[in-house]
Amino acid sequence: MKLLSYFRGEVFERGVHPPSEKEATADRSIRRLPYASVFTIPLSQHIGKVPKAIVRVGEEVVRGQPIARTEDWLSVPHHAPVTGVVEAIELRPSARGPWIPSIVIRAHAGASQQDLWGQPRDLDQATPDELLQAVWDTGMVGLGGAAFPTHAKLSVPKQAKVHTLVVNGCECEPYLTCDHRVMVEEADELIIGMRYAMRITGAKRGIVGIEDNKPDAVRAVQAAIDRANEAGVPEGELFVEAVPTKYPQGSEKMLIMALFGVEIPSGTLPISMGMVVNNVGTLAALGRLLPEGRGLTERVVTVTGPGVARPGDYRVPIGTPLQFVLDYAGAPAEARQVILGGPMMGQAIASLDVPVTKGVSGVLVFRKEDMAERERLQTYPCIKCGECVESCPMGLNPSTLGMLAAKREYETMGGSYHLGECFECGCCTYVCPSNIPLVQQFRVAKQVLREKAAA
Amino acid sequence: MSTVEIRPAPHVKGSRSVEKIMLRVVYSLLPVCAFYITQYGISALAMMLVTTVACLLTERWFITTGTQSGRLGDFSATITGLLLALTLPPGFPLWMGFVAGAISIVLGKAIFGGLGHNIFNPALVGRAFAQAAFPTAIATYTPSFLPGRFAEFIPSSLAWPLMVPPETALWLKEKQLDALAGATPLAKWKFEGVLANAQELLTSLSGHMAVGPSPLLILICGAYLAFMRYMDWRIPTAILGSAGVAAWGLFMYDPGHYPSPLFMLLSGGLILGAVYMATDMVTSPVTPRGMWIYGGMIGVLTVVIRYYSGLPEGVMYAILIGNAATPLIEQISQPKPFGKGGIGKPKRRGATYPLNPSYISREDSGAVTPTREFLKNKPKRDSGSMS
Repeated sequence: MKLLSYFRGEVFERGVHPPSEKEATADRSIRRLPYASVFTIPLSQHIGKVPKAIVRVGEEVVRGQPIARTEDWLSVPHHAPVTGVVEAIELRPSARGPWIPSIVIRAHAGASQQDLWGQPRDLDQATPDELLQAVWDTGMVGLGGAAFPTHAKLSVPKQAKVHTLVVNGCECEPYLTCDHRVMVEEADELIIGMRYAMRITGAKRGIVGIEDNKPDAVRAVQAAIDRANEAGVPEGELFVEAVPTKYPQGSEKMLIMALFGVEIPSGTLPISMGMVVNNVGTLAALGRLLPEGRGLTERVVTVTGPGVARPGDYRVPIGTPLQFVLDYAGAPAEARQVILGGPMMGQAIASLDVPVTKGVSGVLVFRKEDMAERERLQTYPCIKCGECVESCPMGLNPSTLGMLAAKREYETMGGSYHLGECFECGCCTYVCPSNIPLVQQFRVAKQVLREKAAA
Repeated sequence: MSTVEIRPAPHVKGSRSVEKIMLRVVYSLLPVCAFYITQYGISALAMMLVTTVACLLTERWFITTGTQSGRLGDFSATITGLLLALTLPPGFPLWMGFVAGAISIVLGKAIFGGLGHNIFNPALVGRAFAQAAFPTAIATYTPSFLPGRFAEFIPSSLAWPLMVPPETALWLKEKQLDALAGATPLAKWKFEGVLANAQELLTSLSGHMAVGPSPLLILICGAYLAFMRYMDWRIPTAILGSAGVAAWGLFMYDPGHYPSPLFMLLSGGLILGAVYMATDMVTSPVTPRGMWIYGGMIGVLTVVIRYYSGLPEGVMYAILIGNAATPLIEQISQPKPFGKGGIGKPKRRGATYPLNPSYISREDSGAVTPTREFLKNKPKRDSGSMS
C-alpha cells in the first residue's frame, strides 16, 4: 500500500519485499572452489556474434590464455580458466537448453594453476580509448546476471556525455550474497575499477548504491573510499549510499530513482540522462584484472538454498561443471530444482551437465519438500485484488494484461497496455493470491510480439 | 541421472492466497454479525444461517456441475451470505431470505462464470431481487433490543414459504411499542421529517432504533481489513468523502430541507456498503485512480438517490451502478508506466543526490538530458513542440 511506503520512506513506488534468505551465506567469506578435471567454456555467453575459437583440439593452454576472439563490438573474447589440454571443440548443452559450440579443456592434474598469461601494465597514462580496449581484452561482461559486454556499456556515444557512474550493489534478489561479499572483501579493487570506469566514461562522480540490509558492505566501501582519498584523489568524487531494501531495487532504473529521484524515460538507457550503471562485481573484477592485463577466468558465485549442506560464496573458474559445484557444496542427489541466478528472475535448469558461465551469479538448490507448498497452491481466476498493480515497479497493470494474455490479445497488450516496459521482475506473480502465472504469460506474449515484429 | 524439475521464474511465492483473503474478510465480519444478533436475537441469527446456507448450497451445485470457476472452500459464497443477511431486515421471512441467497449466487455470480467473473456484487444482486420481489417485507423493520428477542422469533420470520408474512404491527402493540418504532431512521426522515441523533446512529446502542449493526463497529472491522491490506482503503475513503461533501454542500445550501451530512453518513447502509460491499475486489476497479473515481461516483449517487428518489435508501443502487461502470472506469484510469511523462517533474521524495551538483558543470550534465522526443504517448497538444 502506498500509504505505508510513505511512512517507511521507500523511494520508488511499488515493488515487493520477499524474505531475504541471505543469512546462510552473508557472513561467510568467499572461498575458492577446487579445480574440476574438465571445463566447458561455451563460446556464446552473451549477446553479439559468437566468438571464434583460436585454439585447436589437442593444444596445450595455460590459465589466462585467450582461447576465443571476436571482432564484433558486442561480443567479448574468452580466456582459458585452467592450465590443460583442449580436449574438444563441439556442441555441449547450455543452461538455456540448446546445445551450443563450446571449448572443452581437461585440466593438467599437476599444474599449479597460476595465472601464467597477461602482462601487468601501467594504465595511469592510458587514454580512455586504450582503457576501453583493455576492458574489451579482459572479456568482461556484466557479472550481475545480464552478461552484457562491459566495454560496450562503458563506451559513450559521441553525442552523449556522462557525468555519473552509478555502481549497483543492491543485490535485491533473495538468497544471493556474491556482490555483498565482494563489496566487503574487495572494496579496494572496486574503487580501482570505479576509477577506471570513470576515466573511460568521463564521469565526474561515482556513486555506489547498496541496499540498507548490508550495512557492513556500506562501511567497507566507505572505508575503501576514505583510503583512496587519503592516498590522493585523481579526479572526481566517490560516494557510497545506502538505499532502502526492496525488490527490484537492483534494476538500474529503480536504483537511479532511489538515488536521484528521476525516472529514466521509457525506451531510453540511463546514458540519456548522463549516467552509466555497472554492477559492483564487474567493477571489482575490472579493478583486479586491468592492471595485470589478464582475462576474466573466474567469478564469485553464491551456492545456497535449503538443499545445500555447505552454502557459501565460492570463487568458481568459468566453465566448471555445475555438478562439480553442487557436489562440493553438498547438495543431495534426490529430486530437486536447481536455479541459476536468484529466485525471482533466475532460470531453472534441465540438466546439471551445464557449466558455470560468466553470467551465473548464484546457484540455488531446492529439495522436493521445499517446492511442495507451491505445488499445493490452487489457481483461481483473477479476483482483481489489485496487488499486482500495487507491486509492479514499472507502473503497469498486470491484472488486465493477464486477462488479455488469456485471450491472446497480444497486440492490445503491447499497444495500449505497455507490455514492452515489463522487464519480467516477477513481482506480480510473487504477490498474486490467485496464483496466476502472470510473468510467464507476459514472456510468451513478448516473444510472440517480437516474432511478429521480426516477420 | 538425477531428476531435476523445471519451473519458470519466479521460484518464490508470497504468502497471500484467495482463501486467505476471503477467510480474513469472514473473520472481520464476525464481530459485526455478532452485534447484529445481539440487536435482533434469534431472528437475525436464523436469517444469517439461512442466507449463508442458501448461498453455499447454490454455489456447490454450480461448482459440482462444473459451470463455474472457484471452489466452495474459497469462502466467497460465505461472505455473500453473511453480507446479504446484514442488508435484510431482521424480521424478513426466512423463506424469502433463502430465495434471495440463491438468487445472489445464480444471477449475481454463476451465470457470469463464477468467482472473478461476476460484474455485480452478488449480495447486492440478491438484495435488489428481494427489493423488487418482496417490497413490503423488505421495508418492514422491527425495533432493535426488544425484550425476549433471544426467546422468540419475530413473527414475520417464520412465515410459510410462498405465504404473505403476518403483520408485525400487532405484535409490536403487544410489546407496548408503537408501530412507528419499526421505521428506519432514514424512512422516518424521508417520510416524516424526523431526524435521528448522529451519535445514537454511530453506536446503534440507544433506544429501540430499527437500524443495522453499529457503523462504528463496521468502521473498526474495516480499518483492520484495510490495515492488513485485505481491502483497499481508497474505496471507502472515496465513498464516505464524496457522500459527505455532497451532503454537506446541500446542507449548506438549505439546512432546513436537507439533513446534516453526519446523519447522511451514519444512517442506513452507507457505512456497510462503503466498507464491505463496494470494496468487493472482483466488482471494483483494479487501478488506484479508478478506485477513487468509482468511490466518488458511488458516494454522490447515494446522496442523489436518497434525496431525490422515492426510496429512502440509495446505497444499493449506487453500488450496483458503480459496479456496472467499473470496466469503463478502468479503461480511463490505467496507471502511467514508469518513465512515461515523469520528466520535468521528478519525484524527489527520498532522493539523495542532485542531478546537477555544483562540481558538474551544466554543459556536462545537460548535454543530453532528454527532451520531448521520448514522450511519444503524450497528448497531441504537445505536437507543436515536437520535432
